[in-house]
Amino acid sequence: MATPTITGQTNRAGLTRADYKGFPTTLCQGCGHNSIASQLIAACYEMDIVPETIMKFSGIGCSSKSPTYFLNRSFGFNGLHGRMPSLATGALFADKSLRAIGVSGDGDTASIGIGQFKHLVRRNAPMVYIVENNGVYGLTKGQFSATAEVGLELKHQGTNFYMPVDICMEALASNATFVARSFAGDPKQVKELIKAALSHHGIAVLDIISPCVTFNNQENTFHSYTWGKDHEAPLHEISFVPALDEITVEDFEAGTTREVTMHDGSTVILKKLEKDYDPTDRWQALRMMEEAQRNNWMVTGLIYLETGRPALTDLYNLPEMPLNRLGDADLRPGRESLDKVNAKMR
Amino acid sequence: MPEASKIVNDFSITIATVNGSGSQTANTILLRALFKMGIPVSGKNLFPSNIQGLPTWYTIRVNKDGFIARRDEHEIVVCINPTSFGRDLAGVLPGGAFFYADDIKLPINRADISLYPMPVKQLASVADVSPKLRDYIANMVYVGVLAHILNIDLDKIRQALDYHFEGNAKAVESNFATVKAAADWAAANLTKNDPYLVKPMDKTSGLIMADGNTAAALGAIYGGVQFVAWYPITPATSLAETMNEYLPRLRKNAEGKNTYAVLQAEDELAAIGMAIGAGWAGLRSMTSTSGPGLSLMTEYAGLAYYAEVPIVIWDVQRIGPSTGLPTRTSQGDLTFTYFMGHGDTGHVILLPGSVNECFEFGWRAFDLAERLQTPVFVLSDLDLGMNQWMTKPFVYPDHPLDRGKILWEKDLEKINGMWARYKDMDGDAIPYRTLPGNKHPASAWFGRGTGHDENARYTEDSQIWEANMARLRRKFDTARTLVPKPVIKTTKGAEIGIIAYGSTVPAVEEARVLLQQAGGPKSDFLRLRALPCTGEVHKFVKNHRRVYVVEANRDGQLRELLSMAMPDQANKLVSACHSDGLPLTARWVKEAILAQEVK
Repeated sequence: MATPTITGQTNRAGLTRADYKGFPTTLCQGCGHNSIASQLIAACYEMDIVPETIMKFSGIGCSSKSPTYFLNRSFGFNGLHGRMPSLATGALFADKSLRAIGVSGDGDTASIGIGQFKHLVRRNAPMVYIVENNGVYGLTKGQFSATAEVGLELKHQGTNFYMPVDICMEALASNATFVARSFAGDPKQVKELIKAALSHHGIAVLDIISPCVTFNNQENTFHSYTWGKDHEAPLHEISFVPALDEITVEDFEAGTTREVTMHDGSTVILKKLEKDYDPTDRWQALRMMEEAQRNNWMVTGLIYLETGRPALTDLYNLPEMPLNRLGDADLRPGRESLDKVNAKMR
Repeated sequence: MPEASKIVNDFSITIATVNGSGSQTANTILLRALFKMGIPVSGKNLFPSNIQGLPTWYTIRVNKDGFIARRDEHEIVVCINPTSFGRDLAGVLPGGAFFYADDIKLPINRADISLYPMPVKQLASVADVSPKLRDYIANMVYVGVLAHILNIDLDKIRQALDYHFEGNAKAVESNFATVKAAADWAAANLTKNDPYLVKPMDKTSGLIMADGNTAAALGAIYGGVQFVAWYPITPATSLAETMNEYLPRLRKNAEGKNTYAVLQAEDELAAIGMAIGAGWAGLRSMTSTSGPGLSLMTEYAGLAYYAEVPIVIWDVQRIGPSTGLPTRTSQGDLTFTYFMGHGDTGHVILLPGSVNECFEFGWRAFDLAERLQTPVFVLSDLDLGMNQWMTKPFVYPDHPLDRGKILWEKDLEKINGMWARYKDMDGDAIPYRTLPGNKHPASAWFGRGTGHDENARYTEDSQIWEANMARLRRKFDTARTLVPKPVIKTTKGAEIGIIAYGSTVPAVEEARVLLQQAGGPKSDFLRLRALPCTGEVHKFVKNHRRVYVVEANRDGQLRELLSMAMPDQANKLVSACHSDGLPLTARWVKEAILAQEVK
C-alpha cells in the first residue's frame, strides 16, 4: 500500500505532528479515550489536513473533554450534555469547506442525547461523530449508561435491569450513511476508520468501545479490555488510501478485497475475513448486527456505507463563498425592495 | 334617520363564527377595506386552541380619533355560530345591531337593538364555486350585508380581496360576486334602523397594515439574518413561516444562491443549540418561540451568555405558566427572560411597541447581539405578533450591519496573532472573536460553557472565574448605553407618570385621555423599549411623585425589575397589571389607575 511521502518531519501540508497536538489529558491513565485522541492526531497528520479546517464539537462527560486533547489549532466548542449535535448542525452552515469532528460518550449520545443524535443522523449532517463508549458514567463516578449490558453489576449501583441501546443499530435505523464500530484497544483499526470517516461526505458514526479503567473494566463485562480483546470479531481488515495516492491493491489477494470509493476520491480497502460481508447493503448490515448480538460477538469494522446521498448542507443551495464571510451587499436587500414590500401592505 | 343621531366611525364590530370555517379571511377583508377607506381601525382575533369546530370571535374597532386598543363593548355583533348565539345576542350594547344567519332558529329576546337576519346558506348556495369552497364563501355574505348597512365601500372590499388573494383573479371575482350579491340582497330586503355608519377619512394614508410576526421576519431579513432554527409553536409559528415566504424572494445572490438557511428543528432544545452553533461560527442567527419553548431553551441561553455567543431569540408571548392558554396573549415572560439561565445572568431584552418597531428590532437585534456578543431577546406577544395592525411603513435601516469585533486573517497578521478571546482590550468589557474558517494559525479557540480564562482555556481558578463574571457584568453596563432609549411623551402639568411597553401601549395612550376626561390626573408617559434600563428611565421615575407601571401579567413583572434597578424609588412605583389572556382595554387601564390614585 502506498503511504504519503513524508519529507523530514512534516506532512504534505508542511506541518509537524506537534501542530496537531492538544493539551495534556486530564482523563485517567489508561483511559481508552486518550488512545482515540492519539489516533485522531495521527489520522489528521497523515491525511495532511490543515487543523484550521476542522471544527471540533463535544457534549458533556469524560469523552466530551477529549477534544481539548487533540488539534489545538482547530476551532472547537464544548456544548451541553446531549446537545452537541444541534450545536454542530448550526455551525456547519457557516463554512461548508470545513470538516467537523464530534466526540461524544454513551451517556451523552444514548441517554440524554439520543434525540439529537438520531436527528443529526437522519439529516446526514456532514461530520464525523465518534462515540467513546464505555457503558458507564465516569465524571459522576460510575452510574449505568444506556449502553450498559443487562445484568451488569457495578459497585454502588447494583444490577442493571434494562436492555442496552446499540448505537450502531440506532444509527442504521436512522438511515446513517456511514456506520462503524471499533475498539480503543485496536489503534490501527481506529485510525483507519477515522480516516475513512473523515473522507465521508455525510454523517459518519463511529462507535468505539473504550473501556473505563476506573469504573467499568471488570474482565467479564462488554466494555472492558479483556472482554473486548477476547470477543472482538473484525468484519475485515481496513486500509485507507488517500485520493492523492495511486491506488494499489497488490497487497491483497484477488477476490478477498473490496474497494470503496469515498466522496473525495480516496479509497477504503476492506480485506475480508471469513465472511463475504458487503458494507453497502443496509439489509445485510442489520442482519449481521442482529446475528452478532445473538452470538455475543463484538463486531468491529465498517458496518455500513452509502456514498451517494447529499449531506445536510448540500440541500440549501448555498453559495461557494462561506456564509460567514458574506458582507452587507449579500445580506441586506436593497432599499427599493422594501419600498415594494411597504407599498403592497398599504 | 337625522344626520345628528348617526354615529360615524366610532364603534366596534364583533363577529362570532366557528373556528376553521374560513371566517378569518372575511374578517381581515373587512378590516383592510375599512383601512383603505382611511378610517383608523384595529382587529383582534380571539380564537381557541383548536383546528376546527370551537367558537371564535373577531373584533374590529373603527375609531375616528385613532384609538386602536381593544374594547370590550360591542355595538355591532355578527353571529354565524349557533353555539354562541345566546351570549352573542346578549352582548350587543343597547341601541346596537345584531346580524345573524337566518338558519339559526333560536329565540331572540332583545327589543332594544336592530335585528338583521341574513340568508347566508341561500346566498352561498348560488355562488359560482366548487361545493367544497361553498362553506368558505358563505362568510362573504356577512361582508356584503355589513357593507350595505354600514356603508363600507365595495371597491375597497374588492381591493382588500385582491390583496388577500395576491391577485388570483378567479378567487377575487368569485368572492366579490358573493359580497355583491349579499349587498344587493340587503339593499332590497333590509331597512337600516341602527345609527352606525362608516365614512371615508384620510387618517390612514401613508400607513400600512401588517402583523408583528411578518414585520419581525422582514426586519430580520433586512438585518441580514443568515440562519434560522425554529420549532412550531403558537403564536410564534408564523414568524418563521414568513421567513420561508420572503427569504427566497429577497435573499438570493447574483448567482441565484441562498444567502441564508432555515431549518425546522426537532424541538426547541435543538433550535437554540443550532442557532448558537451558527452564531458562534459567525452567522447572524436566530430562533423564534413562545413561553414553553423558551423554558426549554434556558440551559443553552445560559451557555450563550457565558460563552458570549451572539444570537437573537424572539419570544412571541402567550399566557402561562405551563401550556397555559396557547392562543391567548400575555406579557408574562419578562422576569423569566431577564434572568434566564442558572447562576448569575442578565439578558438584553428589546420590547417592540408596534408592528413597525417589530421590523426595526428585527434588524437592530442582530447589531446588538454581534456588537455585545450575547443573546438578545425580543419580547413580542400574540396580540402584536398575530393580529393585523395599522402602522407606519417599515423604515430601511439607517446604518450598515454592525458585525462587532471580529478578527479575520488580515487582522491577526497585523497584530502578529497576539490576541485572547476573552480579554477586554477596549475597556468596554467586549472582547474580540475569530470565526471558524479563519486560516491564521493563531485564530482558533475553544468555546465552552465551562470555566475559562482569557484564552478560552478550561480553568477552575477562583480569581479568574470571578474576574470574568465581573467583566460580564460590566458588559451589561455597556449594553445599557447601546439599547434603544425609551420614548417619553409629556403633558403640561402632569401629576403622574406611566410606564408601559409592547402591545399594551395603545390602551395606555387612550387611557391617558380617558383619565383627563374623567377628571383624573394628567400624566407623562414613558414607553420602555429595552432592558437593561437606560438612565432616562431612572430620571423619569425620579421626576414623578407616583409612577404607574402598566402591564399584562399577574405580578407586575416590570415593576419588580424597576424596583430592583432603583430600590430608592421603589415605593413610588405602583403596579397596574392584569392578565386574563386578552389585550388590555383603555377602560381597564383608566379604572386601575383611578382606583389607586390617592389624592
